[in-house]
Amino acid sequence: MSTVELDVQQSPGAPRGAAQAAPRGHRLRLGDPIFRGLATACGLALAAAMFGLTAVLVYNAWPAITGLGTSVLTTVAWSPVDHEYGALAALAGTFLSTVVAMVIAVPLALVIALLLVDLVHPSVARVVGTAIEMLAAIPSIIFGMVGIFVIVPFIQDKLVPWLLTTPLANVPGIKPGPQFQGGGVSIFTAGVVLAFMVLPFITAVSRDVLKMVPQVTKEAGYGMGSTTWEVMHKISMRYANSGIVGAVFIGLGRALGETMAVAFLIGSLFTALPRSLFDPGTSIASLIALTFSEATEKIQVSALIELGLILFLITVVFQILAQVWLRRVQRATGGRA
Amino acid sequence: MKKSARSWRLVPLAAAALAIAALALAVAGCGGSSASDAGAPAVPGEPSLTPVPMTADTILGAGASFPAPLYMKWGSDYNSVSGVKLNYQSIGSGGGISAIEAKTVDFGASDAPLEQAELEANGLAQFPMIVGGTVLVVNLDGVADGQLKLTADVVAGIFMGTITTWNDPAIVKLNPGVKLPSTKINVVHRSDGSGTTWIFTHYLTDAAGSVWTAGADKEISWPVGVGGKGNEGVAASVQQLSGSIGYVEYAYAKQTGMTTTQLQNKDGQWVKPSIASFAAAAANADWKASLPSTYMVLVNQPGADTWPITGASFILMQKDQADAARGKAALEFFNWAYTSGADAATALDYVAIPANVYELVQSDVWPTITVSGTPVWP
Amino acid sequence: MSTATDLHSAPPRRRSVTRRKATDLVVKVLAWIGAWFGIAVMAFIVYEVVRRGAGALNVAFFTQPTPQDVTSDTGGFANAIVGTLAITGVAALIAIPMGFLGGVYLAEFGRNGRMATAVRMIANVVMGVPSIIVGVFAFAILVKPLQHYSGFAGSAALAFIMLPVMARTTEDILNLVPNEIRESGLAMGAARWKVTLGVICKAARGGLITGATLAIVRVAGETAPLLFTALSSPYWMTGLFGPGGFFGGPVANLTKTIYDFSGSPYPHWQELAWGGALVIIIAVLGMNILVRLLFQRGKQW
Repeated sequence: MSTVELDVQQSPGAPRGAAQAAPRGHRLRLGDPIFRGLATACGLALAAAMFGLTAVLVYNAWPAITGLGTSVLTTVAWSPVDHEYGALAALAGTFLSTVVAMVIAVPLALVIALLLVDLVHPSVARVVGTAIEMLAAIPSIIFGMVGIFVIVPFIQDKLVPWLLTTPLANVPGIKPGPQFQGGGVSIFTAGVVLAFMVLPFITAVSRDVLKMVPQVTKEAGYGMGSTTWEVMHKISMRYANSGIVGAVFIGLGRALGETMAVAFLIGSLFTALPRSLFDPGTSIASLIALTFSEATEKIQVSALIELGLILFLITVVFQILAQVWLRRVQRATGGRA
Repeated sequence: MKKSARSWRLVPLAAAALAIAALALAVAGCGGSSASDAGAPAVPGEPSLTPVPMTADTILGAGASFPAPLYMKWGSDYNSVSGVKLNYQSIGSGGGISAIEAKTVDFGASDAPLEQAELEANGLAQFPMIVGGTVLVVNLDGVADGQLKLTADVVAGIFMGTITTWNDPAIVKLNPGVKLPSTKINVVHRSDGSGTTWIFTHYLTDAAGSVWTAGADKEISWPVGVGGKGNEGVAASVQQLSGSIGYVEYAYAKQTGMTTTQLQNKDGQWVKPSIASFAAAAANADWKASLPSTYMVLVNQPGADTWPITGASFILMQKDQADAARGKAALEFFNWAYTSGADAATALDYVAIPANVYELVQSDVWPTITVSGTPVWP
Repeated sequence: MSTATDLHSAPPRRRSVTRRKATDLVVKVLAWIGAWFGIAVMAFIVYEVVRRGAGALNVAFFTQPTPQDVTSDTGGFANAIVGTLAITGVAALIAIPMGFLGGVYLAEFGRNGRMATAVRMIANVVMGVPSIIVGVFAFAILVKPLQHYSGFAGSAALAFIMLPVMARTTEDILNLVPNEIRESGLAMGAARWKVTLGVICKAARGGLITGATLAIVRVAGETAPLLFTALSSPYWMTGLFGPGGFFGGPVANLTKTIYDFSGSPYPHWQELAWGGALVIIIAVLGMNILVRLLFQRGKQW
């Protein structure tokens, strides 16, 4: 916004009100301070909500933090009946399914953003962009349902049997581990569905960021005889690479916290590390969703909330990183992310 | 300038209108439900049902998925005769125990009974409500319902991960003439704390102790397999994953037409799951000896026709009730279920608790459920 | 894009020109394939939901409560739909005014000040918090201490999610309003609050309604926050308080019921779940498209 605004800002209610009050007599100007106070209060309520959430989580997780210490992060199995509260399996599953999702979603998002920015007429771009954004509007549970009724049988009955006949079957990470159960409900399936859940977010932010590249710079490239791809890849993406990193972080943050679709599709194996993408596993969010309501022992509830706190902190870190990287693009291009 | 403020009122007003409309619809919806709420005819012989105070028109229960089909059917039947609503949430036995300990429900349901020490520590009363059978279900092309024969050792081997393919010699030996594929056995177990798991693992420990070493509890560290949520989830997973095997309460298999297996019971006889085989196992139970906790294990019972994975499902209530009306409403429902619910139970292949047992429960356990020292029942 | 005027000798450059053009073409094709693939996935999901759910949408679906009898084919989703409307409506009642005022603070009063920048950053962070964590939070403060589940606890969780979304959306929309409008309003001598509400918001009305609608519709499809707060119920709400009421006990809602029914093995219940999913898809996508069409001069997506 321009600096002209500052002039307007410098004189809120009071002086003007004072000037007005004289001709109108003894009318009190309370509207402005009240309104401003209300608005500020609501703004601060946002911050208060966040601190409240953090405080409640830490308070409830405290018995586990002090009682279990770092064992939560180093023990593999989540097995309350054996009094083992290890989140390593859940962390591994979260990480692996997110990686699968990113590997699929990021390149796809980038080429779609390229298309929307450089390859089509703006009105077509709006239609295509809206269609992709509709993916973001579809609730997680519907992704889970389509996943379980359509994707799972496909992967279990068609994809994995075929894959096992190819040389790829011996690649570590694809080769079935000891926990393999057909591959239908597995890290891979969860990752594939996650990819399409985060795709619209990465696409939207990448597109916005690529749009901010100054037209002059791009035209200079075209004027030199570059092809569209060369302008995109040597000019736009270099200019906006911080923003694209920011977009990836946003996608990462969303993928990490996704609960319902993953709960349906990942196989709910809490006690072993996955040795293959086609092994079942679990994620922190789905572990909490599936086991929270039956946690009877205080330490179990506390440990689950500690897991929630860990997930919360990871997503906060990624959000902040995303903000930082996006701000860099803002500064570079002079616009607002 | 004066009229222009109208636009900003629009949004919160619209939200308010939406909320009020929805709440009004919901309240009006009471009259649209299939059962009559006010002025319902009292169950004969139960004058205390009319008038029903507002706080006791809904009973909240949560827990085991094992008896859930029956409890829900009882709930809607009871609603028709008394106007009292039963909201039963199938969240697993672990969830039921957790909920009743947190006092967020009027009763919890669990197929994994608590021992006397734990009951006392949490101030809970426990009593059996129903008996049912757990069966193995498989998803195999070309295998008919009740055709496949499995022994406890083979089942234990499958769930331990030592028997991995359908054409393993141990399975083939038991099933000559059945075409078994060479594909991997996909194992489905419970992901949540489950009384059905408790019953199933007690069976494996008792009948196949040399093979099964993973223990017996609501939740165990499964050597292999994927997890499904609730009996519902295990049944759904077995339906969806070809070549899979899982364990569910019988109603889930029968009502969905899934393929069940035969098992060999303690007497060495091959039995198919049926209400008669569950009842034969339940007949051996000495409930009097199990008081005051009514803790009872019914797996692997002797008898020619007994189904080896039979179990009872229990109700847990707080001994010290906060609200007399709600406690009474719950016990009245259970009384109705004991006295009039047998037909619904039989239709879903559950074995109803016989009169001599429930009278024992009503005389020995229910008086411990009190409000400020006064029993809520009768 | 041709290089007819290149200054170097012909043969090596011509080959690399062809190669550059070929790469360019390959990427363009990939981009089109990618875009079509993304759209195809979206269309496929909608198609599957419509195909499997359309058969469930009959009169009974919209008038009868959820079934409790696994043996019969009766029942509908009516109480779940009404429950979701009530829960989402109350959440909107809490979050939309607060979020709107918060956005006004960020756009009009705080602007680039330190406190406002901090609030903005916090709002962005809260938007990324997984909804299951919000559900656990609402359980810890509204269900466990009061010892009962309630529809209101569900509303509180949803309101928590909606608040930062509404605030940031409001801020973005208000920032699009040109300063000239602000200045002319203030130059007329009107009070600050009158200018903000009467002039600026009126100018941004389309965008604000779009933002509010999209925020509401987004939380209407959430399941995780309701898992431990509103739980579910097979009955209609019986008023406001008491074990069957909105503030006193579990309340039926679309998303949890869909979650339960789609994880069940009964074909009829699964079909009802698809019907519920179709209702959600129609509401969510329908509202999205509707507000964008009606209020195109609002936030440019």
